[in-house]
Amino acid sequence: MHPGKASPILEVEGLTLSFGGIKALTDVGFEVAPGSITTVIGPNGAGKTSLFNTISGFYKPSTGRIRFQGEDITATRPPERARLGLARSFQNIALFRGMTVLDNIKLGRHAHLRTNVLDALFYFGRARHEEMKLRQEVEERIIDFLEIDHIRHMPVSVLSYGLQKRVEMARALAMRPKVLMLDEPVAGMNREETEDMARFILDVREEWGVTVLMVEHDMGMVMDLSDHVVVLNFGQVIADGTPAEVQANPEVIKAYLGSGDVSELRQRLHQPLAVGA
Amino acid sequence: MRIGTARSSYRHDESLFDSRTQHGWLAVLAVALLGFPFLADEYWLYLACLVAINIASTTGLNILTGYTGLVSLGQAAFMGIGAYTVAALEQKLGTPVLLNLLAGGFVAMLGGLVVGLPSLRVKGLYLAIATIAASVVLHFVFANWHAVTGGHSGITVAPAEILGVSFDTSFRLYWLFVPITILMVLGAANLFRTRIGRAFIAIRDRDISAEVLGIPLLRYKLLSFGLSSFYAGVAGGMWAYFFRVVTPESFPLIMSIFFLAAVIVGGMGTILGAILGAIFMTMVPEALKLIVGWLPLSADATLILSPVRTIVFGALIVGFLVFEPLGLQEIWRRIRRFFHLWPFRA
Amino acid sequence: MDFDWLFLAEIVLAGLGAGGLYALTGLAFVMIYKATRVVNLAIGEMLMIGAYLCFGLATAMNMPMWLAILVAVIGSGVAGATLERVAIRPMLGESPISVFMVTVGLASILVGVVELIWTSEPRRLPEFMPSAPVMIGEAFVPPKVFYGFLVAAVLIGVALAVFRFWRGGVALRATASDQQAAYSMGINVPKVFSLSWTVAAMIAAIAGVIVGAVGGISSTMGVFGLSVLVVVIVGGLDSVLGALVAGLFIGVVESLAGGFLGGEFKLLATFMILIVVLLVRPYGLFGTHEIERL
Repeated sequence: MHPGKASPILEVEGLTLSFGGIKALTDVGFEVAPGSITTVIGPNGAGKTSLFNTISGFYKPSTGRIRFQGEDITATRPPERARLGLARSFQNIALFRGMTVLDNIKLGRHAHLRTNVLDALFYFGRARHEEMKLRQEVEERIIDFLEIDHIRHMPVSVLSYGLQKRVEMARALAMRPKVLMLDEPVAGMNREETEDMARFILDVREEWGVTVLMVEHDMGMVMDLSDHVVVLNFGQVIADGTPAEVQANPEVIKAYLGSGDVSELRQRLHQPLAVGA
Repeated sequence: MRIGTARSSYRHDESLFDSRTQHGWLAVLAVALLGFPFLADEYWLYLACLVAINIASTTGLNILTGYTGLVSLGQAAFMGIGAYTVAALEQKLGTPVLLNLLAGGFVAMLGGLVVGLPSLRVKGLYLAIATIAASVVLHFVFANWHAVTGGHSGITVAPAEILGVSFDTSFRLYWLFVPITILMVLGAANLFRTRIGRAFIAIRDRDISAEVLGIPLLRYKLLSFGLSSFYAGVAGGMWAYFFRVVTPESFPLIMSIFFLAAVIVGGMGTILGAILGAIFMTMVPEALKLIVGWLPLSADATLILSPVRTIVFGALIVGFLVFEPLGLQEIWRRIRRFFHLWPFRA
Repeated sequence: MDFDWLFLAEIVLAGLGAGGLYALTGLAFVMIYKATRVVNLAIGEMLMIGAYLCFGLATAMNMPMWLAILVAVIGSGVAGATLERVAIRPMLGESPISVFMVTVGLASILVGVVELIWTSEPRRLPEFMPSAPVMIGEAFVPPKVFYGFLVAAVLIGVALAVFRFWRGGVALRATASDQQAAYSMGINVPKVFSLSWTVAAMIAAIAGVIVGAVGGISSTMGVFGLSVLVVVIVGGLDSVLGALVAGLFIGVVESLAGGFLGGEFKLLATFMILIVVLLVRPYGLFGTHEIERL
């Protein structure tokens, strides 16, 4: 496959978002090729999470368009976007603390299930059938895949940070995503957990054929995994291209220099991730 | 001591009662429920009917407040809608009992949907206060819509009659109310095995991210309101057949607080909690009556009963929220765990 | 038939009188909300406790009225501090809804205590206000309503001045705008908490004595708190100005509804306004609108 040649699965065009007088995003535009791993990077406060929230439909942009599989979804409500196949995880983990791991994952399938109130109250026919099928699929495709079978009946609140991130990813996978949006999937993880997660991301793309759009700070991982990198600074796209192109871009170096991250960035760039791709 | 149960299929793992021991206890419970009316006297049968009604209503409020996280102080008013619907139907049309109860549920549900409408814009406490507003408005309607509600004097309800049998004693009503309540509780339990229940809990835990994960907030909040008030409506209908007279003062704000207290005391967001809470809160006044009766008081004992009850209700709400926010259900679980491991670990 | 303008004027004046008391109690409510973020459903019952304390001291203990009021206000302050320490402080960090429900429980306890000691029979406070009729222009204003309004206005003025200039008031405002920042600036936040409950309870007690003097006292006078709840929501939970404006507004509306439609329409009118405000401007006329975050 040649990412970039096929028509993009997700297109963002001229997106501007402001809170009161403050502009969080200014004229942001980029494309995500189907089957690619596209990463949005940028210094803290560059507007990465705002961008994600706008793509999920939580924030309304003042101008600009978002197209998903060729359809304009700018005015589409968030639940409908989820049903279309935009799944995501959250930067500060938004698991439902009152539910077990299994229920959290099952929740992801919500938009694709048909059970109505009457089915649910009596729990036979469609409700039972649907729930059994869902359970089996969640077990066999997601829980096994992400290696979380030992915790399926635990309440999420007792899990470690790394495991919670993994459960979030499981829930996003249960949403039958076409584009999987991951907001800082490895933030706060140790080396081993990071490598596990990187492996899962690559496998999701290979085995599920899912396009990945992520926000990440771990430059080693970004440069290793991504096909395409978009750099945001002060709410604007300052570079857009392959990891190699972006690394060489003086604007990018300057953006990180401005925030004092450059030595760390250099160090990270020269520290390839030991993941078998 | 009991060790873990080995589950061999997903279906087994997903069932409501999964172990042999649980099935055993269920059988014991069924026998107890069937035998109770033949052993109990009129007073205990009266209490059993009241408990059944209160369990039905508390379970409804638990769906809304315990599971969906939308606090309502309007449960009694919705019961009032159900009670008036049943009373009016019985008086004016004489339609069948079960149909009346269903109608009571549905009319209350409509009321619940209207009150729930602001729930997308209005959150948390504001919503609780909107439900107080609804109670006030409904009380006004009950008291002033003479044509239907009979104004302040209310409506007297004829005994429920099914297939020529008149349900005019607690003994007979027991056989009507207990099965209805069991059905309603099982329905609620089933709800939380499916996507609908999961959506409610998701809204309670983090409503904004629930939306991004594919749950239309308004629809599900309304659904929760609708279900909860349907339960209240049916419970109110049973109430009408039980007390046989419905007036505007039958469903005061304090009664809504009673149900909220039952949900909190039992344990929010658990089926067992609503049951335990409703039983406990119904029995507390009776226990108080006993205690006050024993006390060597010179003054008229009934005089202090009502205030003491009010104080105890309040103290239970505060006490449980401060010391045992998970409610009786958690205490019950701890006791069970103790006996599972007994005698190896105390 | 000619419209009776004088009647209207008298009703509006009486409404303003009642509104002054709503504003005063609303101020107590907002003070607690600003300092501790607690929506206190028990505000009406705190007001009732103040009135009954005064009643008990004046009748059972035969205190002169001025002393009874003074002791009742101080006693209410102590009670407010106790409630905060015993029931509210342990809930620090819990969801606002749980804390709200604690105040629902407190309200129930207070009603029970009053009924236990004084029964649920309505009572009358001893007369202590001048009874000479008050005329504003041609309109007659019941003297108790008039003097009650004066007291409320003076107290509101004093409270506002205290907020503005006294160090404790500054600490309270700092805590209100950012608890953690205030804590790290060396403000004793727990002390601010208990201070706000103390002062609010004292203000509520004064309002309770006036309300009781005007309309008598009973164990259901906590219903006054429901109207106050509407007042603070219409005004915006965290807005002192809002509580004052909305207090007068609701007072006048209730008085108009009661005067022209009948007494049973009073609460109905109030809650209709509440519903409209919740739908149109949920954060109130002057409240702050919080931006939601994922």
